[in-house]
Amino acid sequence: MPDNHKKLARGVSLVGAGMSKFGSFPEKSSRDLFVEAFQDMSKSVDKNFDHHGIEYVCIGNFSSDLFEGQSHTAPIMADAVGLVPRAAVRVEDACASSGVAMRQGILAIASGLYDIVLVGGIEMMTKLPTSQVTDTLAAAGDVLYEIPVGFTFPGFYAAMASAYFDRYGAAPEDLMQVALKNHTNGALNEKAQFGVTIPDWMEKRKKSAERKGKPVPDWKDEWDFLHDDRANPMISWPLRLFDCSPITDGATAALLVADDIAKKFTDHPLKIIGSGQASDYPLHDRADLTSIGAAKLAAQEAYQMAGVTAKDIQLAEVHDCFTIAEVIASEDLGFFEPGTGYNQAEKGTTTRDGEIPINTSGGLKAKGHPVGASGIGQAVEIFKQLRGRAGARQIKGDPSLGLAHNVGATGQTCVVHIFQREE
Amino acid sequence: MSENEIPFTAYAFQQYLNEDQLKASRCKGCQKTYLPVRAICPDCGQSDMEWIDLSGKGKLAAYTSVYIGPTFMNEQGYGRDKPYLTGIVELEEGPKISARLLGLDPENPSNIKIGTALELSIIKIGEGDDLSAQLAFKTE
Repeated sequence: MPDNHKKLARGVSLVGAGMSKFGSFPEKSSRDLFVEAFQDMSKSVDKNFDHHGIEYVCIGNFSSDLFEGQSHTAPIMADAVGLVPRAAVRVEDACASSGVAMRQGILAIASGLYDIVLVGGIEMMTKLPTSQVTDTLAAAGDVLYEIPVGFTFPGFYAAMASAYFDRYGAAPEDLMQVALKNHTNGALNEKAQFGVTIPDWMEKRKKSAERKGKPVPDWKDEWDFLHDDRANPMISWPLRLFDCSPITDGATAALLVADDIAKKFTDHPLKIIGSGQASDYPLHDRADLTSIGAAKLAAQEAYQMAGVTAKDIQLAEVHDCFTIAEVIASEDLGFFEPGTGYNQAEKGTTTRDGEIPINTSGGLKAKGHPVGASGIGQAVEIFKQLRGRAGARQIKGDPSLGLAHNVGATGQTCVVHIFQREE
Repeated sequence: MSENEIPFTAYAFQQYLNEDQLKASRCKGCQKTYLPVRAICPDCGQSDMEWIDLSGKGKLAAYTSVYIGPTFMNEQGYGRDKPYLTGIVELEEGPKISARLLGLDPENPSNIKIGTALELSIIKIGEGDDLSAQLAFKTE
C-alpha cells in the first residue's frame, strides 16, 4: 500500500447538501429526481448560491443503462439543472458510486483546477421487475466466478453473516435489532422511503387486512412479526426481508467548494478533513469473511488525513445495505472491537442518544437505497446533523464531527469521509 | 498446444470444469496458487504461471440458502418454495472459491456447520455444445 499519510493539496468544504424524496416514482425519471435533489441542495446553501458558479459536475450512478436504458447520464444531469457546458463525469463504483463521486469532486478542487463542484448521485431502480433488479445488482458481483454459482447480493452478505455468526456467536435476532433501530430513526425522516417504525408498520398491516376483510395477523410483538415467514420472508438465510435495504428511486446532490471561498456561502461550512478509499478482492478471495478490508483501509486513510480517531467521531452514517453490513461497518471503522458490534443497537450504543449514533437518517434500510445516490445521501444526513437541521431526529450535544462510510458491492470498493463543522 | 500455453482465463477454467477438472494457476516464481485463476501474480508481480490440478477437497467457509435467486436459477425451478445453497469453500491448497453446495439441507441452513468437510461435485447443465458446468461441492 502507498503511504497513507496523505494530505489534500488544498482544503475542501461542503456548503450545501440535499436529496429528493426516496421511494418508488413511476411517473418520474432519474433526471426529475436529480432536479429535486439539486433544488433541495441549493436551498440548503445559506447565501450567495449561484448555479453559474459551478464549474464541474461529478455524478455517481450504478446502472442507469440497465435500469432505465439510458447511458451517458452525466451531461443529461448537468443539462437538467442548467449546467451545460460544464464538464460532467459519471462515476460508477456500484453502491459506492456517489461516495466516490464526492471524492472525485474533492480531488478536482484539491488539484486547483476548480473552486466550485457539484457532486451528486442518481438511481431509478423501480422501473424493472424485482427479478431483473436482482440480476442488474448481481452485475456488481464477479460475473465469471460468483454469479454463475447462484450468489445474489443478499446472498453475499448472508454468507458474511454465516461466517460472523460462527466466529462470534451472534444470531439473526441481533441483526433484527439493527432493523428496529434504523426504522425508528427513519420514521423521523420525511424523505425516507420506509419512514415508519416496525411496530407502526405492523399496525398498518393489521389495519389493511381489516379493511380488505382478510384474516388480521395476531403478532404478539415485533419479534413475533420479525419471525413470521409470511410477513418477513427469508430472502437469503439468515437475512429476511427486514434485514435488506429496499429497491429505491432517488437522487442526491452536494456542493463542494475550496476552503478559502467557503465562508462566502455559509458561516459554518463543513470542512472535509478526511477522505479515504480502497478496493478489495471479490468476497471469496479475502482472508477474513467477517470484515471488509477496503473499509478498514479507507477509514485508516481518512482518520490519518483528519488527525482524528474513531473515538472522536460523534455520529456516523454507515452502509447498511443489509443489517449485517452495519454491524461489520461499525467494527471496521473502529467504533467497536471485532466481534462486539452485533449487540450495540440492542445496548443502545448506536441509537440516537447513544455514545456513537449510527444511521440517524434511518440508514439505507429505512431511508431507501437508490444505489448510486446513497453515498451522498449519507453526506446529506451528516450535513443536517452537524448544522443542527435534522429536526425531530437531531442528536443532542451539538455535534461537530461526523463520518460517512459508503461501500460498493461486497466491499470491493469502500470510501470514507470525515466532516468537521467550522465555527 | 502444451497446457501452459493455454491462457489463464476464466474461459479456460470453465473449459476444464466442463471436462470435470478443477484447475488453478500457480506462480512459478513464488509457488502461490490462485483460484480464480490469475495471469499475473499479485505477490511477486511476475507473469509466469502454470496450470495445476486441485484435489477438490476443502471445507465450508461461508454459506447461505437462497430463497430469492437470479433469473437463471429460477428457470431451473429454484425459488421461494425451493431454496438452494451456495457459499464459499476453502480448498485444501489454500484458495477460497464460490460454489454451489450439495448434500446439505437448504431448508435447515442453521444446522449447517462452518468447517464441514467438502469434496468437488460438478453440476452439469445442458448437453453437447450447450453443456455448462457449475462449480459445486458436496459433503464427504
